[in-house]
Amino acid sequence: MTVCFDEMKGEDGNLRATYEGLDAWLRDLSPDVLDQRCQEAEFLFRRIGITFNVYGEADATERLIPFDVIPRIIAADEWKRLERGLTQRVKAINLYLKDIYGRREILRKGLIPEDLVFQNQVFRPEMNGQKVPHDIYIHIAGIDIVRVAADTFYVLEDNVRTPSGVSYMLENREIMMRLFPDLFSRYRVAPVENYPDELLATLRSVAPDTAAAEPNVVLLSPGIYNSAYFEHSFLADKLGIELVEGRDLMVKGGVVSMRTTEGPKRVDVIYRRVDDDFLDPLSFRPDSTLGVPGLMSAYHAGNVTLANAVGTGIADDKAIYSYMPEIVKFYLGEEPILQNVPTWRCREPDHLAYVLEHLPELVVKEVHGSGGYGMLIGPMADKGKLAAFRTRIEADPKNYIAQPTLALSTCPTWVDRGVAPRHIDLRPFVLTGSDTVRIVPGGLTRVALQRGSLVVNSSQGGGTKDTWVLDV
Amino acid sequence: MRIRVSHRTVYRYDKPLSRVIQTLRLTPRPHDGQHVVRWRIDVSEDCRLEAQDDAFGNVTHAFSADGPVSHLEVLVEGEVETQDTDGIVRGAIERFPPSLYLRETPLTVADPPIRQFARDAVAGREGEIAVLHALLGAVHEAVVFDTDPTHVTTTASEAFGLRRGVCQDLAHVFIAGARSLGIPSRYVGGYLHRSDGVVAQEAGHAWVESWVPELGWVAFDPAHSISATEAYVRVAIGLDYLGAAPVRGTRFGGIGETLEVEVQVDQAFHQVQS
Repeated sequence: MTVCFDEMKGEDGNLRATYEGLDAWLRDLSPDVLDQRCQEAEFLFRRIGITFNVYGEADATERLIPFDVIPRIIAADEWKRLERGLTQRVKAINLYLKDIYGRREILRKGLIPEDLVFQNQVFRPEMNGQKVPHDIYIHIAGIDIVRVAADTFYVLEDNVRTPSGVSYMLENREIMMRLFPDLFSRYRVAPVENYPDELLATLRSVAPDTAAAEPNVVLLSPGIYNSAYFEHSFLADKLGIELVEGRDLMVKGGVVSMRTTEGPKRVDVIYRRVDDDFLDPLSFRPDSTLGVPGLMSAYHAGNVTLANAVGTGIADDKAIYSYMPEIVKFYLGEEPILQNVPTWRCREPDHLAYVLEHLPELVVKEVHGSGGYGMLIGPMADKGKLAAFRTRIEADPKNYIAQPTLALSTCPTWVDRGVAPRHIDLRPFVLTGSDTVRIVPGGLTRVALQRGSLVVNSSQGGGTKDTWVLDV
Repeated sequence: MRIRVSHRTVYRYDKPLSRVIQTLRLTPRPHDGQHVVRWRIDVSEDCRLEAQDDAFGNVTHAFSADGPVSHLEVLVEGEVETQDTDGIVRGAIERFPPSLYLRETPLTVADPPIRQFARDAVAGREGEIAVLHALLGAVHEAVVFDTDPTHVTTTASEAFGLRRGVCQDLAHVFIAGARSLGIPSRYVGGYLHRSDGVVAQEAGHAWVESWVPELGWVAFDPAHSISATEAYVRVAIGLDYLGAAPVRGTRFGGIGETLEVEVQVDQAFHQVQS
């Protein structure tokens, strides 16, 4: 395989300045102490109850995401560039969504094929021509970024529906500070603890004009069987807002209210962690019991803000992803600061031919898949799997995109009583309010714990690390 | 033709419901060949009807009522003046390009039997109109009208498997087949004035509009194997039944529901003005 950029040792094996402190600390520490700290970390996570559910695993409804005690460190100047790139990207995505559900200039210019939008299940006709409060569609984005070289960061995926994972960012930091105060004293690490305040400020800023001066914000969860329920209750608690389920809300006269012991109370902003399909049985899936009947009519009347807006999937769909550089240029007139992974669209005959010819080198993804499911990693696949995937692609080329197998950067990770490099990615969370864009320095670093593995998804055995952005 | 419609829906409960919320798509819009003379909706409960256009341009009315409610009545009454347009629909609100109507929905998935059926039905036909008429005849013949085996959530695939269904099912099978042939198609809900003189009906009617580049949207009624005529009152369109459903609602509480629907579609005669 190609040489990977190591966050600690670069491409050439020389210790990078950012990691000098960590390196010295690691060398001072005996494996026994580190092992013991790992056990303490696991104990703490179990006590907090930070677990997640894996769909389709009957025997393990709740599982602990492995936590690695060695932090990933990002230098101040590296972060500044990322921050500018993220802000730019999310601004462009918001403008794109406003356009797609409005004038459709980008389709008229022919920059994105019409069928890719209109025949896409994640395009919601229900949102067409509907104004959303403050023209903001994506209040919370979790943009997945990978690094392939010292100066090359790629956006792997824009998660702009109901991105999760921010609770790990907060918990990982809290536990690291408890376990390794000495390591923190060697660095000036930018804080992430203010994320709940930033999120609340964002959500309040996007309340509809008809809301009271102190808008009422709630978090709508599908309930305890959802894989991210822990995060929902965790965030509601940190934000000091009500955690509600569909049955706690009702719509009357075009206004949403919440049942309380003192009678109904108007709700202005819903931070919803329920998917579009389930939000309102009168507009979407009629069998949904997770949503609020009539919610869309209140939304259309402009009396409630949904964060994120409905129909944002048409921005992070894998088929649309490949057009993101054009989207940034079209709406902002700027060159994208963050690059896309080069992507072949199998819907285009010449791309398809290339993909079929180079299958063993490529990563192939289903356009509508997520979480690492339905994916082919060419270099890891045997002949049988390659042949099976080839048949699937040929049968329905439109459903696939392909990318080069990226040499994701590696970061020192504690495995089997030793430090070894493991592949990582990064999901920073970008908050867009009516006043400003807020990004807490850092995010969620996911790590593929198996040697050589490139799949960092928690549903596929990935772990997490604390992410340090240095202040200077 | 001047068509008078009266559509009464009555819900009764043994144990009253505590709350009900509904979205109605029961108000026609004018277009070429359809002029709405008068139209009104009455709900028995004291509540506000909130009018909104949905994304497809249909008129919707939302209302909610708090219980106890043991009897709820929704009455729709109106008169529409129609002219025959050979099934061609012009002057209607169009919010999307035709290609949107190639989208598959859970109710209109074209499974392999439907795809095969559609291909066979139109073999040798050229041009959308010939293809659509061939498909129309084939669906009408293949799926027998029968109110028993299907219900509102029956999919095109299920109805086609049974070879039975109501106008909604025939419309879904036609839509699935037409889309699988690459012809944008959509569901239409409305009323039909029956030529046999039968006024009282059990429900509204449903048919299909398909996109023919040189003509625009053309209405086909697979239940009768004809293009829509002046006897049709077009009320709402959607990708499938759910998008055009006359009523979508949720109720809280309420046990022992009995539902009574009375649809009367009659010809209204002009009063002589002196």
